[in-house]
Amino acid sequence: MIVGVISRISGPVVLSEGMRGSRMYDVVKVGEQDLNGEIIRLDGDQAVIQVYEDTTGLRVGEKVVNTGNPLSVELGPGLLSSIYDGIQRPLPALAEQSGSFISRGLSISGISRERVWEFVPKVKAGDRVRGGDVIGTVTEHHIEHRILVPPFVSGTVKEIRGGGFRVEEPVCTLEDGYELSMMQKWPVRKGRPYQKKMDPDTLLATGQRIFDTLFPVTKGGTAMIPGGFGTGKTVAEQTLAKWSDTQIVVYIGCGERGNEMTDVLTEFPELLDPRTKLPLIQRTILIANTSNMPVAAREASIYTGITLAEYYRDMGYDVALMADSTSRWGEALREVSGRLEEMPGEEGYPAYLATRLAAFYERAGRVICLGSDSRVGSVTIIGAVSPPGGDFSEPITQNTLRITGTFWALDTNLAYRRHFPSVNWIKSYSLYLDQVKEWYAHSGFSDWMDLRARAMYLLQKEVELQEIVQLVGPDALPESEKAILEVTRMIREDFLQQSAYHDIDSYCPLEKQYWMLQVILSFFDRVNEAMARGVALSKILKLPVKADIGRMKELTGIEDIKGLITTIDDALGKLEAER
Amino acid sequence: MTRPSLFTKEARTVNYVSGPLIFVRDVKGVSYGEIVRIILTNGEERTGQVLDISKDLAVVQVYEGTSGIDNMNTRVRFTGEPPMIKVSIDMLGRVFNGVGKPRDGGPEIIEEASLDINGMPINPSARDKPADFIQTGMSTVDGLNTLVRGQKLPIFSGAGLPANKLAAQIARQARVLGEDEKFAVVFVAMGITYKEASFFMKDFERTGALERVVFFMNLADDPTIERIATPRCALTVAEFLAYTHNLHVLVILTDMINYCEALREISTAREEVPGRRGYPGYMYTDLASIYERAGRIKGIAGSITQIPILTMPDDDITHPVPDLTGYITEGQIVLSRDLFRRGADPPIDALPCLSRLMNLGIGPGKTREDHRNVADQLYASYAYGRDLRKLVAIVGEEALTELDKKYLKFADDFERHFITQGDENRSITRTLDLGWELLSALPEEELKRIKREYIKKYHPAYRKE
Repeated sequence: MIVGVISRISGPVVLSEGMRGSRMYDVVKVGEQDLNGEIIRLDGDQAVIQVYEDTTGLRVGEKVVNTGNPLSVELGPGLLSSIYDGIQRPLPALAEQSGSFISRGLSISGISRERVWEFVPKVKAGDRVRGGDVIGTVTEHHIEHRILVPPFVSGTVKEIRGGGFRVEEPVCTLEDGYELSMMQKWPVRKGRPYQKKMDPDTLLATGQRIFDTLFPVTKGGTAMIPGGFGTGKTVAEQTLAKWSDTQIVVYIGCGERGNEMTDVLTEFPELLDPRTKLPLIQRTILIANTSNMPVAAREASIYTGITLAEYYRDMGYDVALMADSTSRWGEALREVSGRLEEMPGEEGYPAYLATRLAAFYERAGRVICLGSDSRVGSVTIIGAVSPPGGDFSEPITQNTLRITGTFWALDTNLAYRRHFPSVNWIKSYSLYLDQVKEWYAHSGFSDWMDLRARAMYLLQKEVELQEIVQLVGPDALPESEKAILEVTRMIREDFLQQSAYHDIDSYCPLEKQYWMLQVILSFFDRVNEAMARGVALSKILKLPVKADIGRMKELTGIEDIKGLITTIDDALGKLEAER
Repeated sequence: MTRPSLFTKEARTVNYVSGPLIFVRDVKGVSYGEIVRIILTNGEERTGQVLDISKDLAVVQVYEGTSGIDNMNTRVRFTGEPPMIKVSIDMLGRVFNGVGKPRDGGPEIIEEASLDINGMPINPSARDKPADFIQTGMSTVDGLNTLVRGQKLPIFSGAGLPANKLAAQIARQARVLGEDEKFAVVFVAMGITYKEASFFMKDFERTGALERVVFFMNLADDPTIERIATPRCALTVAEFLAYTHNLHVLVILTDMINYCEALREISTAREEVPGRRGYPGYMYTDLASIYERAGRIKGIAGSITQIPILTMPDDDITHPVPDLTGYITEGQIVLSRDLFRRGADPPIDALPCLSRLMNLGIGPGKTREDHRNVADQLYASYAYGRDLRKLVAIVGEEALTELDKKYLKFADDFERHFITQGDENRSITRTLDLGWELLSALPEEELKRIKREYIKKYHPAYRKE
């Protein structure tokens, strides 16, 4: 065991001498209080350490002990519905030990050692197993938690035992004497291995119209949500965490507000997953490193989260990971880099910012997992970005743009007028349209792409028309173009706007989304037909059916929405031109 | 958690002095963040804090400034203790300087406890959800951007805008419906003028609240670096009052821009890599360590609500200080020069305002069932009316449709009657009814944000009988 001595302290960065033989990213215990830290640079005899806890009170000359292990997380049953800090310490357990405020130097294991789980073997003595094979299952809430052979381990099962076990107790012994328990450890900075990466081709349904219908993301894809403060990033992330159709959700509150995490903590146990009808918290893992918690642990929290996500992916599940906000993570990198006196890149961020961001987002994907049954699992990453001053040209936004597949640009002006989700439909894009088109076709919505294209065309046309209106006033437009403005207003207000707090509208199933758009577009068609017969637009706009379309989002029955199309046909079909 | 050492270490090895920093050579056993007493040749004593230590050098920031410090005779005494403040319930009604020394000529505080001013982060799982609606009597706040207990809601102001008047009015009128609980105000002045500070003092005096207020005064001519410690000292007192004495504490911090200037001064003196506009890259984390000290804790009756005031340089909301503040706080109240010129009082620009915790404090049993819907509808209609103003400037009012003219008038009336209220203290029911009166000028089918049942129940057209 390597023991060194502190030679310099500067905020979260500590320099230690006598550390020769240490490896990069080894976890160390710093000072008399055993503060947790990690080696981030080696220089001869010296090691530079980032400390995950407040360093006030440390002295030059105190000891530094290298544990010899990289920063790792514990993987096993008991992760779901937990809330951790950035280095996988369960926060409720911390509160038990140190009260309502987090004191320093505490070490608590990530998953409970005491709890007994009912292990059901899936292999028998004599079976050959290799890394990734399922040796048995445990029921964790409603999820079948598959106990996997750790990667790089293989052999023949000598003995396997079913029944109640604690996570550290061996449940299976291989011929060579290797004992498998239900828990394994994995270093967070290293992606968990898989057999093969596949193209993401399944829609991640979120129940949000602007996401699913206009700018979809796939299972295994990546998306970014940049926006200035108050544009609704956090609400969007929380909404996605609530309604995404994945089996598991990992939610990382990285350098954000404490009260928001409390909100998630109190709300998720009460909300039900629309598919399983079980409390949302049962499929969720929360990682909370609020903005006033130590900055280095904020840097680690992103890796802790993605490793937990990969673990459930390896069982063959679809996992969605929400990171709110990756900008705070980038700032943590910048702060530590500044203390290391590294040459700064753009806006003081380290030159390796782009590499780190890319490495993180590339851990998303749809993969064939290790193991002989070729399970398929996926991790989808949805990262919020908080650009300073709402300026998208800043380094974190720009570097993230290059590597993510879907871009949901939040717009301050939309937020000011309470158009939520405040996703700007002109700036946003999705690179997954082609894959999702196939998926929609298989799911019975063969003309989804056409509908989407028509809606997008109208919205684009609206921008052009608005420019003219700004110059010469609305009266200068011909009737047909005024009709376009009326319909796009309908698309914006009655389709794109969706309240995250409305009891019905907060979750909109795909079929409802499809028919809502159908209704609006068929209204547009009928209006055009009526106008071709010479009916005045002002007369059409007085029809009560317009208000019905405005209330469409409050309906629950698909038939009621489909029925609107007939109502529109009737109402507009009857209109005759005035002589 | 540092153990105070039995003997103090003293050095006369000041080597280098730059701005607010002194560099002391050949010191041993100094701990990071500890408090330092600096004794000048003339016997004057100053306070400092260790910012960086290596084997033979300690960097110390001096709170009262470095003028008069020499590099031969100045003695530096390391206390081995983190910065502490003595706290007591008797601090209510007293005035202190930026680091917690009495400034009103009264006696020293007899401490109930001595606490580390940096505090410790609240465990997110120990936080209690803010849920109590605070009625401030201001329609734009109560109706549209509701304040709840445990929230941090800053006021973004501009030079010359009446932010102080608004803050004083909120402090004066704020109460929780149906409750008569013990409250306290901690008022933190950082780099503001005597005149501004005395405005608040007089206002508290006039309303008889003075004995419930703890003042921390670091005025414009007081040492700049002291400002780094001022909000931390004040919040430590606030935490003590809230979590030990179960008071509901309202903390008013003004002006945060001066705090950030002090932060920048130290960063520059340390030759750190600057972030945007010369402010240090860690300013987000630093501000968070102040703002995040608002909140409620499970099992404790007291709470801390923060109203920081900051002046946006050149009314620029994207300036790093308002920007980072907005990313940490739970919303913002923004004052507008335009509205001020038009005579709105308070000149709150409703559109960029936000309260993220609003939904936790409103609704049936708290305010009224239609609150959320009415607020959304007022927002949407006002935003549309404001857009039309731009159009009118180009094409004239005649070019508008009948409906658009109604919206235009709605926006004007909204500013004149809803936002403007002067010294009136409006109840939440009054605020919501006023909203309905304004909305009733629009056709009913335009009120898409409001559930039909609420329209039937609250719309003036149906309430006549």
